[in-house]
Amino acid sequence: MFLVPDFKGHDIFPHHLNLPIMRYKELCFGISLLLMVISLGLIFTKGFNLGVDFKGGSLIEVRAKSGEADLSDMRSSLTALGLGSVQIQNIGAAGDVLIRIEQQEGEEEAQQAAAKKVLDTLGDGYELRRVEIVGPAVSGELRMTGLIAVIVACIAIWAYVWFRFEWQFSVGVLVGLAHDALITAGVFSLFQLQFDLGIVAAFLAMLGYSINDSIVVADRIRENMRKYKKMPLTELLNLSINETLSRTVLTGVTTLVVLISLIVFGGEVIRNFVFCMLFGVIIGTYSSVFISSPLIEYLGIRRDAMDEAPAKAPAQTS
Amino acid sequence: MLHFERWKIVLILLTCFLGFLFALPNFFSAETRAKWPGFLPSRAMPLGLDLQGGAHLLLAIDQKDIRHDWLTNLREDARRALRDAKIGFSAIGISGEALQVRLVKPEDTDAAYDALRKLVQPIGNQILGTTGDDIEVRRGAEPGVILLQPTSFGLRERLIHATSASIETINRRVNAMGTAESEVVQQGRDRILVQYPGLSDTQQLKDLIGQTAKLSFHAVHPTVTAEEAQTTRPPVGYRVYQSAEREDDPGYQSAYVLQEVPVVQGDDLVDAQPAFDSQTNAPIITFRFNQSGARKFGNFTKTHVGEPFAIVLDDKVISAPVIREAILGGSGQISGNFSVDSANNLAIQLRSGALPAKLTIVEERTVGPSLGADSIEAGMRAAVVGLIAMGIITVYIYGTFGVYALIGLLVHGMLIAALMSAVGATLTLPGIAGFVLTIAMAVDANVLIYERVREEIRAGKTQVMAIETGFRRAFTTILDSQLTTLVAGMIMFWLGSGPIRGFAVTLSLGILTSVFAAVTVTRLLCAMWLKNAKAAKGRHIAIPI
Repeated sequence: MFLVPDFKGHDIFPHHLNLPIMRYKELCFGISLLLMVISLGLIFTKGFNLGVDFKGGSLIEVRAKSGEADLSDMRSSLTALGLGSVQIQNIGAAGDVLIRIEQQEGEEEAQQAAAKKVLDTLGDGYELRRVEIVGPAVSGELRMTGLIAVIVACIAIWAYVWFRFEWQFSVGVLVGLAHDALITAGVFSLFQLQFDLGIVAAFLAMLGYSINDSIVVADRIRENMRKYKKMPLTELLNLSINETLSRTVLTGVTTLVVLISLIVFGGEVIRNFVFCMLFGVIIGTYSSVFISSPLIEYLGIRRDAMDEAPAKAPAQTS
Repeated sequence: MLHFERWKIVLILLTCFLGFLFALPNFFSAETRAKWPGFLPSRAMPLGLDLQGGAHLLLAIDQKDIRHDWLTNLREDARRALRDAKIGFSAIGISGEALQVRLVKPEDTDAAYDALRKLVQPIGNQILGTTGDDIEVRRGAEPGVILLQPTSFGLRERLIHATSASIETINRRVNAMGTAESEVVQQGRDRILVQYPGLSDTQQLKDLIGQTAKLSFHAVHPTVTAEEAQTTRPPVGYRVYQSAEREDDPGYQSAYVLQEVPVVQGDDLVDAQPAFDSQTNAPIITFRFNQSGARKFGNFTKTHVGEPFAIVLDDKVISAPVIREAILGGSGQISGNFSVDSANNLAIQLRSGALPAKLTIVEERTVGPSLGADSIEAGMRAAVVGLIAMGIITVYIYGTFGVYALIGLLVHGMLIAALMSAVGATLTLPGIAGFVLTIAMAVDANVLIYERVREEIRAGKTQVMAIETGFRRAFTTILDSQLTTLVAGMIMFWLGSGPIRGFAVTLSLGILTSVFAAVTVTRLLCAMWLKNAKAAKGRHIAIPI
């Protein structure tokens, strides 16, 4: 007894299950491949609903001082301005309205002028909550750096895994990363969720999480390879996945709990951002269990290489 | 893994204590903190504009404007150089990105070339060896034509100077607007970021920095009218300036023919204040020249009584009064259809000096104070609810050791706040999300350890051995997984901007503190528990997990 009285926890995870995960790997590969192809198709046909960060244009959030916004009136007066596509959307409370104006012809000044027109038209009945105006030069740069950030992050993570583990693991990890990124992107395309700078951050975080999961399993595979030298690879992979499954699931659950709290209480501004991470955690957990690790079987791994490598921890034989 | 030397325990406790000390200011208001004794840290995490509300403007310097200004000045220099060398020229004009000089006699080309070469100036840093010429002089395709073109190196040099000069000017203008702690910093090579907290209507701010405010006083051509000058060609040394006057103003003209070289320029002003005209009650601006400005203006008005002169702002005539008497005192007033606000703005602009070039707003992000407050509240509520839910799950699953994990989490949260306060890292809304994510990762480390302990117990290890192995085996895994996330975090910080950066800061700092909290602090607690239990029960202990 130290600081708090002793009380035992509840080991709720059914450890004896030993799920035959490797047996379903073809099915999982098939489903994932299909999902990836569909995502790719969606991205190329439907594209993304890019936010002002990447597409340029303006986003204005206002709150009606009366508490209730007259959307139809707003719509007719704003479309009359001739600013091209104007999206008007009610968010959160009845008085909160989000207005999006597409990028205007011309240079940076044209965006400012358009936003000013909208603000002048809205008049005094509305309180200004948020204004984001991004000109064509900046949006192009943000698009570029966003893309570079994701690619460089993937490469850096992959290089780290390659450095710490055998190359087969790094390939498994990289495929897993591509899988998660592609399918999440596909979901964003399918539901036309707003894709902005924050989503890029969420993407990177979600890739970090997915890697986390894969590394935990990979670590165990490596350990078991030293421990059970004669065990067939398929069986060994299955064992390793199962042994780490309780951790994978429990961590997934605690992370999801926090993310759900963020999505419910965190407010409108970060909702898409959190949704991306939420989806990413689910798909990342799936991919590290069902894709990255089983993939190692196909790539094969030299068991004797394990012995040559200087072992960090002494091999334990029970 | 479970043995701690005394100095290590002291170090861990000291870290926690310092963390507590540096995190403390965040829980008190600025007024309370001001009353604290000086040895206590009093710096709280600065809140990002998305949380406290405010304006964020990214400005870019207009390169075309800089080039145009340069070429205009170069034209004067070229004229003078050729005149001094007594070489006749028929025209000097700006064509595209270069200045074109057309000589009267093509055989003068060599002499003119040599004369114009003297305008070239070496620029750059001689110590670093990055030197070059600011302009390039070359012979044109036709005989008798010489081109002067600013080099890209020279333009870059000008751009850098213009950027730093603009930052100073904007700083003066923005500071004149109010007392808020605004920030004007360079971003990249030719961008300027202005951050002004607590402002939701940015129009005044934009008006204030959107105008170059180059003021000059010019002589008006006594006979040639604008119409004549536009149909034929303005007299040498004169130019047509458009007017910004209103049509119902007395003596309104749509354009004026003015001497191109000004009598006095805005640089010579020492003060400018908004005021009201004593007769018409209209807003005006009163100004005062410095000594040399006063002398030039005095001399000019003395010799031109009864003639009009023009006040030009950013290449537009704002008014053209007639000189009634010599103005010798060096002070005067400008009238010209001002509103109270615009007179106030112009006075600030004149006091702060002109911008070297036009600035365009390339990005604007403004958050009203009410949304900022809502975001803080929502972010905090989400963090608290998430933490409580996670705490319940952790304690339910891992019992007493779960409580230790939670204590580790508290230390983690405190240390992040302390680190961010100490280095002055800004907390943003994505930053809160990043913080929440690191909590999940810190818990992950504990889950890894405890699941491993359970596994070892199931495998038949002794309780002590199980804890020992659990911490040791889980540690490399934790390190690998956290380091990869740190890699992602660093890249986000390096490449990212705005929201990505705020997220990356808390994520990266959080990884460092979460390893310390989840691994070191929790391990210490478990080790203490073990020591206590051994003392009480000898070898027959059961881990409460």
